[in-house]
Amino acid sequence: MPRSANFWRIALPAIAVVVFLVGWSVYVRTAEVSAFVLPPPEAIAVALGHLILDPNLWYHARITVTEAVSGFVIAVTLGTVLGFLMARFPPVEWAAKPFIVLLQLVPKIALAPLFILWFGFGLESKIVIAAALAFFPVFSNALIAFKSVDPGDSDVMTMLQANAAQRFVMLELPNALPVVLTGMEVSVVMSMIGAIVGEFIGGSEGLGYLAVKYLQELSVPNLFAVVVVLTLVGLCLYLLIGRLRAWLAPWHASSTGSH
Amino acid sequence: MSEHDPALLSAEIDIRGLTKIFGEGATAVTAISKADLDLDRGAFISLLGPSGCGKTTLLRIVAGLEAPTEGSVSIRGLPVWRGRKRSRKATRPVSMMFQEARLFPWYSVAENVALPLRITGASNADRMARAREICATVGLKGFEDHRPAQLSGGMRQRASLARALVTDPQVLLLDEPFGALDAMTRDTLNLGLMEVCARARVTTILVTHSIAEAAFLSDRVIVLAPRPARITNVVDIPFARPRTLDLQRSTAFQDIVADLRTQLMEGHDA
Repeated sequence: MPRSANFWRIALPAIAVVVFLVGWSVYVRTAEVSAFVLPPPEAIAVALGHLILDPNLWYHARITVTEAVSGFVIAVTLGTVLGFLMARFPPVEWAAKPFIVLLQLVPKIALAPLFILWFGFGLESKIVIAAALAFFPVFSNALIAFKSVDPGDSDVMTMLQANAAQRFVMLELPNALPVVLTGMEVSVVMSMIGAIVGEFIGGSEGLGYLAVKYLQELSVPNLFAVVVVLTLVGLCLYLLIGRLRAWLAPWHASSTGSH
Repeated sequence: MSEHDPALLSAEIDIRGLTKIFGEGATAVTAISKADLDLDRGAFISLLGPSGCGKTTLLRIVAGLEAPTEGSVSIRGLPVWRGRKRSRKATRPVSMMFQEARLFPWYSVAENVALPLRITGASNADRMARAREICATVGLKGFEDHRPAQLSGGMRQRASLARALVTDPQVLLLDEPFGALDAMTRDTLNLGLMEVCARARVTTILVTHSIAEAAFLSDRVIVLAPRPARITNVVDIPFARPRTLDLQRSTAFQDIVADLRTQLMEGHDA
């Protein structure tokens, strides 16, 4: 029966979350875990309530979002353009290949201190770290996407005497969009990670800095609350990409939602 | 029109000594060997043969999608190939339909049909008006704003036909466009196709492996055989036009079909 199926689809995850939170709370109380190490969820909720009302939090959140989004935009632009150029002009791929492979193998996080050294303790270094982490998912998806134009579709454009620009606008770009958007979904999360790691290492602003500060103050409920805020910010960015997909690639199966 | 217009002096499509070899050395495969063919304006011919006889390759060379190894193709007096480079000018009056509908999923049916006009630079209002007009003539009225994914296979091929006709082509190249459709849809689309070709005097080459379809639609059927790929016979189909589906039940038609079948078998055994 579809109606009861719908009911359980909503009820089951809600029940699971409640069971998890209650279990956590009971465990902290009965197992005599130090509240410093693992505060109960209600303590985190209280800390979160205070934090959300504090304009200071939103200042730091704005910093982190600025860094992540700037890094993301740079990564998407560079990744898409480079992916297209390499797919379209094989010599570009041959020349860039060794660098791409090496950069892909380097743990980008390990470069973060270097970027701080080069770009200072301000926003710039965090934007660069966010961009470095967010680049590869978009780039590798764009490369595959622009390479995978169906030869039959290409024949259609040849028969219609389309020039290179028309081919790009009417075939190559729309054909690549769904796959590039999938890369962007991964990238937007990576750019958040990049911004936060940058703030961990150096700086006096942003949610990553705030988390480190609360750790040093041993204010663990506040630390958890910052993590919750970070998660919510990440969720918003992820949903934004979903909206972007529905707007840019409404014809694609990935846009019609999972049922 | 000037007296020296090449289109008036020579055949609409002229194929001379066309050879296509894929690969080199010991692994080389001859897809077409020294094919000669000429079509007058408005002629409808079919390339009939089993898979592997090079009929699609021949069509793709005429379309400018595959370069010949040797020989020449001219459309209205203009060579399609200069070495390995296709001539845009020679292929401009040509439309092609493929085995798949090849509609772009990011465009609506009308936008797909209007695409050739968009590429030639027609204004948005003009091309959409023309697309809707031609959609109506191929039986797509009411489906103009649908996406291709929402259409049945037959409807998609109708849209593909509309896209091929929207530019008023003088030459139509058809690579088994209705091969995947059910018999009734196929008959309907073939009748429509014949009418359009006859009315606008479109010169048409159809690739097919259906004997009855070739005999029903064509003025001439070119029988091909595989290994080595070659033209084994040319059969003139004498039936007057316009033709109706009743023709297929006549004894004369059955005789031609039987004759073509025999020739196909002979070529296959050789």
